[in-house]
Amino acid sequence: MVRTLVVRGLLLGLLAGLIAGGFAFAVGEPQVDAAIALEEAAAPAPAAADGHGHSHGAEAEVGRPVQKAGLFLATGLYGLAVGGVFALVFAGLRGRVEPRSDGCLALAAAGTAFVAVILVPFLKYPANPPAVGDPATINSRTALYVVMVLVGLAAVAIAVATARHVHAGAWPRWVAVAAAFLVPVVAAWLLLPTVDEVPDGFPATLLWEFRLASLGTQFVFWTVFGALFGWACDRAARSAAAPMSAAAPS
Amino acid sequence: MSGLSTTPSAVPFPHLRLWLLAVPVLLLLAYLVLMDNGAVSQTGTLLHELMHDGRHLLGVPCH
Repeated sequence: MVRTLVVRGLLLGLLAGLIAGGFAFAVGEPQVDAAIALEEAAAPAPAAADGHGHSHGAEAEVGRPVQKAGLFLATGLYGLAVGGVFALVFAGLRGRVEPRSDGCLALAAAGTAFVAVILVPFLKYPANPPAVGDPATINSRTALYVVMVLVGLAAVAIAVATARHVHAGAWPRWVAVAAAFLVPVVAAWLLLPTVDEVPDGFPATLLWEFRLASLGTQFVFWTVFGALFGWACDRAARSAAAPMSAAAPS
Repeated sequence: MSGLSTTPSAVPFPHLRLWLLAVPVLLLLAYLVLMDNGAVSQTGTLLHELMHDGRHLLGVPCH
């Protein structure tokens, strides 16, 4: 039972990752290319001799065509990893929490994961195109990003615990749940350091379009993955419940 | 009965325990794709550069 769910999560995660990669390729790559062109016009190809330098031009360690193919490798492997973890969380949740149906639970869990793991960190530390961000601060920025992911997950856990333990009318209960989610998120948003490494003169439109494309890539991944996973679970449950009709040719 | 109304039974937690060993492996894979800067993969900047566009467009810090 768990094995079926994990295999389903891995495969559909890979598929959703590749579909999100297609979205990123079509919608996001023009912004990445434009940002790299700006970067190289501003500072023509700094040497990467110390191993920490970073260049995107013809002399880069991995050329642009390979990086664009690597986009699909990255989103596919990301989907595979996330899909597997999602399937195990789903296996632990089903039959224990609302909503009870597999399809609704998959959509609710994927939507919750998107808010906790993507939207919450994005609002504090939004995605940046090439040319934005100091390579020297990559480790601290990565650590801060991970902290915001953990804050998002903790806020969801607190909100779920609140929903399970507060037995009031519908409105007071949902206000309590919303507050249980928002208080830790807003507190972290206010307390954690701000990162602003956008160079002077970087086009605001390009930054906005890139960030929208990046958020859109994750939105496509989570909606496609949640819908596929829920659909596959419901389909399997229906054919198990009605083997006669499932065996009939369709 | 609509297509979204199947009700499954819970998987007992002991059946899940062994599978939880897969979580660190999957998280390591996600780390290598999204956050490696050479320290874990020991590939210098090669893995980082290969995953470059994916990291930017998946929204994680890149450089």
